[in-house]
Amino acid sequence: MPIEEKTFEKPLELDQMFVNMGPQHPSTHGVLRIALHMEGEVITKAEPDVGYLHRGIEKLFENRTYTQGLVLTDRLDYLSSMHNNLAYCIAVEKLMGIEVPARAQYIRALVSELNRIASHLIFFGTYGVDIGAFTPFLHAFREREMIMDLFEMLCGARLLYTYMRIGGVAKNLPEDWTAKCREFTGFFPKRLKEYDALLSFNPIFMDRTANIGIISKEEALDWGLSGPVLRATGVNYDVRKFEPYSFYDKLEFEIPLGQTGSTWDRYYCRMREMAQSAGIIDQCLEALSKQDMPPDIIAKGVPKILKPLKGQAYGHIEASRGDLGFYAVSEGEFSPYRMHIKAPTFINTAILQKILVGAKIADVVAILGSFDIVLGEMDR
Amino acid sequence: MKTGRLLTGTQRNWPTELWESPLSLPTYRRAFFLLIMLGLGGLASVWFIGEISDRINPLYDFAKTYLEGLGIPLFLIQLAWTIIKAGILLMVPVVNAICVVWWERKISAHMQSRLGPMYVGGWHGWLQTIADSIKLLLKEDITPNLADKKIHLLATAVALAPAIAAFAPVSFGKELVYADIDIGILYVFAVSGISVFGIIMAGWASANKYSMLGGLRAAAQMVSYEIPRTFSVVPVIMLCGTLNIAAIAEAQSGYLFGFLPRWFIFYPVVGQIAFIVFLIASVAETNRVPFDIPEAESELVAGFSTEYSGIKFSMFFLAEYSYVLISALLISAFFLGGGSPLLPSLSFIPSWAWFIGKALFIIFCFLWFRWTFPRFRVDRLMDFNWKFLFPLTLINILLAGIWSAEIKHMVK
Repeated sequence: MPIEEKTFEKPLELDQMFVNMGPQHPSTHGVLRIALHMEGEVITKAEPDVGYLHRGIEKLFENRTYTQGLVLTDRLDYLSSMHNNLAYCIAVEKLMGIEVPARAQYIRALVSELNRIASHLIFFGTYGVDIGAFTPFLHAFREREMIMDLFEMLCGARLLYTYMRIGGVAKNLPEDWTAKCREFTGFFPKRLKEYDALLSFNPIFMDRTANIGIISKEEALDWGLSGPVLRATGVNYDVRKFEPYSFYDKLEFEIPLGQTGSTWDRYYCRMREMAQSAGIIDQCLEALSKQDMPPDIIAKGVPKILKPLKGQAYGHIEASRGDLGFYAVSEGEFSPYRMHIKAPTFINTAILQKILVGAKIADVVAILGSFDIVLGEMDR
Repeated sequence: MKTGRLLTGTQRNWPTELWESPLSLPTYRRAFFLLIMLGLGGLASVWFIGEISDRINPLYDFAKTYLEGLGIPLFLIQLAWTIIKAGILLMVPVVNAICVVWWERKISAHMQSRLGPMYVGGWHGWLQTIADSIKLLLKEDITPNLADKKIHLLATAVALAPAIAAFAPVSFGKELVYADIDIGILYVFAVSGISVFGIIMAGWASANKYSMLGGLRAAAQMVSYEIPRTFSVVPVIMLCGTLNIAAIAEAQSGYLFGFLPRWFIFYPVVGQIAFIVFLIASVAETNRVPFDIPEAESELVAGFSTEYSGIKFSMFFLAEYSYVLISALLISAFFLGGGSPLLPSLSFIPSWAWFIGKALFIIFCFLWFRWTFPRFRVDRLMDFNWKFLFPLTLINILLAGIWSAEIKHMVK
């Protein structure tokens, strides 16, 4: 079939223009392609096209043991590997019926909140660049570097951690790690105020983001959105609150909600989430430093090579980009029969084709950036 | 309690208390020092030309009499002298771009808590931009297959030539002014308006959709911002009664009440409005953040310059920085009193230093804006221009009329 017939339903008119935004474009955050039909600068039709970074990770799970599969999860959403590790471990633990010890649960919550901050800092920095402000980017990366240092002290890696294990975590916290982490949480909230002064409440920035890409509550639920994209519309849904895992029910935190579902709301939801995450980290450190906490970091009696019984399990968590789920099907073998990943960015991106229509080409960048996509997770 | 092993060999130190108050950071202190040094560097380069011309004038007189004695016609001698002067002026944009690019990289670096170029040339990477320009000269020049090759090449010249020609009525030092014409302001605005054709041509000839969008955006933006920019100078012209740039700067010398300089920016209301509108419109004219929508790198890849590489790309770059310098020089002449000192007691500093020092301060403001603000959106940019700046300048002209008719003679 000729390409023209496949791509266009009706031929372009004379004053229309077809622009391929991506896969090589500075602000598609990887290799997303959006096929844009434009009249001047206004979008009349937008089609997101995914799959340029497909590596067949779901299929690869079927040839690996459960322990080996853990390494693959790092490569999904490479900006928040801890969340991927955690969701995978929860799914497999459900499959095997493993109880995770309390210390490991707190450490899991702690590192996933640290990773949430790191991931949102990248969002903050790159979103500034999308809108045209370069300075916040380097400030954000300076603070992210601190978290990278903390993770490096914890597990030796700075991006792909493989820190969780099925039944617990790989290592206990190093000796002076807690003090170092407290130094970070003491420092970080002050930086958030500076970010607000630098970017969030800048009149040009608000002017560009506050009235575009508006998603209503109903639309958000219809399209199955999750994460900050959903909460910006005002829907109060967070897996940490409504299906608590890793002792999130014992920790106190709020869920920041937006009002209008605009691009700025999505941005600011993330900024407020970072402050909440810093609070959660403090609580976790407090709980971990109690003397009566048993020192186990991995469940007793987890075999070296896992062989779950026939069955299936679904584990999901609130990752930094939304509701991340792993659906594991076991046929009683050493490796899963099927491992499906419910990737939040993949589902969130679908609504782009609706809200991009009528926007300007400059808004495309602003709206796309506010979804905080990571193609490694979307294309898998 | 069993603890894990510390996996990194050394713990990193975070100088958090320094990050919280940037001014106490050693790098920021060094940045302040650097700023002064770099300012002097840029200043000296331009001043040098002006001072040389001063010294060379007697030499010219001597050469003229000598050559006339040999029987060479006068117009040939004058032509040769004009070409020499033009050659010197031709170097101004190049020297300026090299200085300002380096300055920009260092300033932006220190604003973002990094160091910027540090290696080339030894001292704070002072040779970096020269190395970069050599690299740009040696790079392969790529023309897209579908491009209109002649226009693609011509566009660079059309963008750069007016930028250099616009320097003609601007005087460096005492003697070196290429054309001391009475309608200097009109000339500068008229000539610098031509550059937009180069940008449109670049956008059209590149056969790239992003380039074309960038070219069209540039056309819309630069033509619109020309209007408030010109209108904001009208009060200056009304109050000084001349279109000659040097004469306007001269009219602002002297002090009110013995300490307040008669700079136009200190005229109540009228001066401030005109200054702010002119500054904003100048930033927009030079296509810099927050008005850099023609080349908005996150939206249009690189806008009109997407398909340019090597020396052709750097011609656009050169034009941009030339306009930055021109705008800064014009602002310091129109609003900041040209070469007149801030306080009577500071008059021991020569006037050229004041003039160029003020211009460098304005250039610093341009860089400051660039590394602080996000970018406007196209339609908001137009709204801002037509619905805010343009009416404001009209009101300002009215105010200036009232001032010159009613109040001006009272102050004198």
